[in-house]
Amino acid sequence: MTAASGAFPSDAGSRTRARERSQPKKGGRQRLRDGAGAGSRAAAELERTWTDKPGVISFLSANGHKTIGLRFIVTALCFFGAAGVMGGLMRHQLATANSHLVGPDFYNQLFTMHGTTMMFLFAVPVMQGFALYLVPLMIGTRNTAFPRMTACAYWLYVIGGLLLFGAFLSNTGPDAGWFAYVPLAGPQYGIGKRVDVWNMLVTYSEATGLMVAVDITTTILKLRAPGMTLRHMPLFLWASLVTSVMIIFAMPMVMLAANLVQFDRMLGTHFFNPAEGGDALLWQHLFWFFGHPEVYFIFIPALGFISAVIPTFARRPMFGHDAIVLSLIATGFLSFGLWVHHMFATNVPELGKSFFTAMSFMIAIPTALQLFCWIATIASGRLVMKTPLLFVLGFFFILLIGGLTGIMLGSVPLDLQVHDTYFVVAHLHYVLIGGAVFPLFAAIFYWFPKVTGRVLSDRLGKWQFWLFFIGVNLTFFPLHILGLAGMPRRIYTYAPETGWGFLSFLSAAGQVINDLSMLLFAFNVARSLFKGERAPADPWGGGTLEWSVSSPPPACNFFALPVVSSREPLWTPPGNVTHVSGLSAEIREGLTTTVIDALPDTRYAYPAPEIWPFVASLAVTAWLVWSIWSVRGFAWGLILPAIAFFAWYWPDKKESIEEISWETEP
Amino acid sequence: MNGIHDIRLPAGPQAAALFDLWTLMLITCTGVFVAIIVVLAVAVWRAPRATAKTLPDADAHPRKETMLKRSVGFAVATSAVLLFVLLFASFIADRAIATLPLDDAVHIDLIGHQFWWEARYDPSDPARSFATANEMHVPVGRPVLMTLRADDVIHSFWVPSLAGKKDLIPGRTSTIAFRADRAGIYRGQCAEFCGYQHAHMALIVVADAPADYERWLVVQRQPAREPSTAQERRGRDLVERASCAMCHTISGTAARGRRAPDLSHVGSRSSLAAGTLENTAASRAHWIADPQSYKPGVDMPPLAAAPADLVAISAYLGALQ
Repeated sequence: MTAASGAFPSDAGSRTRARERSQPKKGGRQRLRDGAGAGSRAAAELERTWTDKPGVISFLSANGHKTIGLRFIVTALCFFGAAGVMGGLMRHQLATANSHLVGPDFYNQLFTMHGTTMMFLFAVPVMQGFALYLVPLMIGTRNTAFPRMTACAYWLYVIGGLLLFGAFLSNTGPDAGWFAYVPLAGPQYGIGKRVDVWNMLVTYSEATGLMVAVDITTTILKLRAPGMTLRHMPLFLWASLVTSVMIIFAMPMVMLAANLVQFDRMLGTHFFNPAEGGDALLWQHLFWFFGHPEVYFIFIPALGFISAVIPTFARRPMFGHDAIVLSLIATGFLSFGLWVHHMFATNVPELGKSFFTAMSFMIAIPTALQLFCWIATIASGRLVMKTPLLFVLGFFFILLIGGLTGIMLGSVPLDLQVHDTYFVVAHLHYVLIGGAVFPLFAAIFYWFPKVTGRVLSDRLGKWQFWLFFIGVNLTFFPLHILGLAGMPRRIYTYAPETGWGFLSFLSAAGQVINDLSMLLFAFNVARSLFKGERAPADPWGGGTLEWSVSSPPPACNFFALPVVSSREPLWTPPGNVTHVSGLSAEIREGLTTTVIDALPDTRYAYPAPEIWPFVASLAVTAWLVWSIWSVRGFAWGLILPAIAFFAWYWPDKKESIEEISWETEP
Repeated sequence: MNGIHDIRLPAGPQAAALFDLWTLMLITCTGVFVAIIVVLAVAVWRAPRATAKTLPDADAHPRKETMLKRSVGFAVATSAVLLFVLLFASFIADRAIATLPLDDAVHIDLIGHQFWWEARYDPSDPARSFATANEMHVPVGRPVLMTLRADDVIHSFWVPSLAGKKDLIPGRTSTIAFRADRAGIYRGQCAEFCGYQHAHMALIVVADAPADYERWLVVQRQPAREPSTAQERRGRDLVERASCAMCHTISGTAARGRRAPDLSHVGSRSSLAAGTLENTAASRAHWIADPQSYKPGVDMPPLAAAPADLVAISAYLGALQ
């Protein structure tokens, strides 16, 4: 009946449980196994195995991908709100000339915090949160590959974010910009502890991003359902995979660079000090080599959302699936060759400028190809005009403007005029709001029923959409014109004679509309959580595996792991084999498959929840905070994480014996 | 503080080439935007409506798919061609900017400070060299070749009506050339975030007719004017005795500091503190008494002096034409 029962003989009576040490050993008894025909006792046991126990320790130990993913999403949305308030404050400061709402010191902290929070604490984590939640459901498995590492990543992320905000509220917020250019962020001009806080936060959030990226890459490559070959992988998974691989390449760069600045500040090295043979420009290369791909870590997952929403709401498979996959991969590669276009004003050699202009133009082609494929899908489909599709249509409008101004900015001579003006501010908000926030709302409306079991109100959603659409255009379109009128970025005030007052005022008014739209969204979520319409397993008629399980999904995701034979398994007739059976219902067990063909490979025991990831994150925090305030802390503090990680990985004799027995008697 | 400060009002060949490129980009991109949005709108308008219960169209219709393939292929090819045209236009504009003839160029060293600009004319000829701050004069029709350096952090030189920007980076020297073809006052502002008072770091470029420019040069090369009234004399004594002289230079006096703007001809400038205040007798006195309230974070300390002394200093500085 199943593919896997052949590969894995069902008799394993002598097999012992590995990590559920609370239960006595039941040697010799017939083990409970999962599978389509396994019966209700196995299903109940499976559910019990995967459910976290109540209690604080259990809360801190949880490592299920749904729990961690949801925590990432909710935390990131809170940071989104906080950073939005900061953005609003800045717009209101600039709404009139010579305004005294905030002074230069606070304004510099505001824009640094706004950028840092949006990039490091909102955009990347929220996308990774969605990937953590959805990837195992879409590939038909029960957890991600390294759940403890991901749990640790979450705690690092939330503690790091809270530390940053704590510093900000105690007037130690970083104030050298989210790009922290040296020498302004160096030891001589970045006085106080503000930049140190920023360096530490960056190290934190990049460590988080890296850990989650490693987890998602491994999960997608090794834990897909049997039959989900690379050709049958949905586009959302491709987007997550490309993003994660990019993160693995780019994040270490900025961690290294932030640490070099920290060495300059803390230990008196001279990496960036021109007076001692260092180079101030080196920082910009290191930062933007990460910083440009960073935009695509945010944008590519959003393309994955779009590619998941459109087929469902156009009632047809995506047109040009293969072309879109190749575009995603091409975008991932090309995004590493553009970083110098952030630095055209720094005296780049002529030939180099031409190269980076050509690269910047080239990356428009894969994006255009995807855009045309989506339009073709919509044109040949039958449309369900619900909120998610509306946000996708809004995405087209806003992203297109952002993309086209991006082409203008890619051209060296034109960039030399508009670089570091409000034109760039307008461009980047069109790209990031159009390219990430609109798709994000589409994704929230689309998957909210799956996560919570309730449907968000469509009527409120449409109101929210129109308010946001109008608000974003009113806030950010005038900024293009301000840039042409010579308004530089990052100024806390301006004189009335400059004539920048009227458009800045319009922009502040737009921001109020955005705020209303966000409040409406918060209300919709709160209301729907309690009063929303109950969601069936597949409220939208979607075709991918997450819609095959109940809403919200059971703790174990699948009572029997699915076997797939097409890209939209729910839209096509099933093959001969539909499910895997024979995995243990008593321990957290999964199935690994081969990377390309997704043939069953080995059984895989997921680690059970443990407190150590949380303890390790506290230890790392103690080390990093100590090292901000004292050089000695940098050395001695390392002992703390060392202890925590030793304790985490210390081999357990009983566990080892049991694992060996598994290997000998599977 | 007034002055033309707009990419769309070019006053020199380079800014003009950039504005032409901008116009071409704007027209092309608007065309592309409208075309795509119209196609999308028609597609959404014409597509039949469905509900979540509508059975998905899982099988491809070969004829329809072929047509879609052709349309998408055509759209991608068109995009690539347009991108190529824009790329070519960009290279041509870049070339036009880089090939400004530099015979007979005016040489100026521009040094960026937190938060003001120091301009040194004829830097290689000590006999003719002089310095001014935050307000430069250039002759109409003659190229200007500027050497850019930074004293502390990164700044960026940008006068939108004359040329694109270029960064001033500590430890590096770069150059930028431009030409003003029309007399006028052109405003510029630091374009790279440089700290607390990045917002108040304007640079005024006054493009004079050649004869006016020569007259200005002659005045600037002279030492500071001697005070002519008793009040001005008192002002000069105060400046020499107070902390002013530690940082500022007034040629021909005991004030020889190099940390702050050269004040030898400060009375001839239109603004104070890099475009923060209009240069009037009252604003000079206010500024000297309490710079931090106008430009918080600036290096200049307040001067604790009696109002009459402030008026005298202001009168003296105002007379330094």
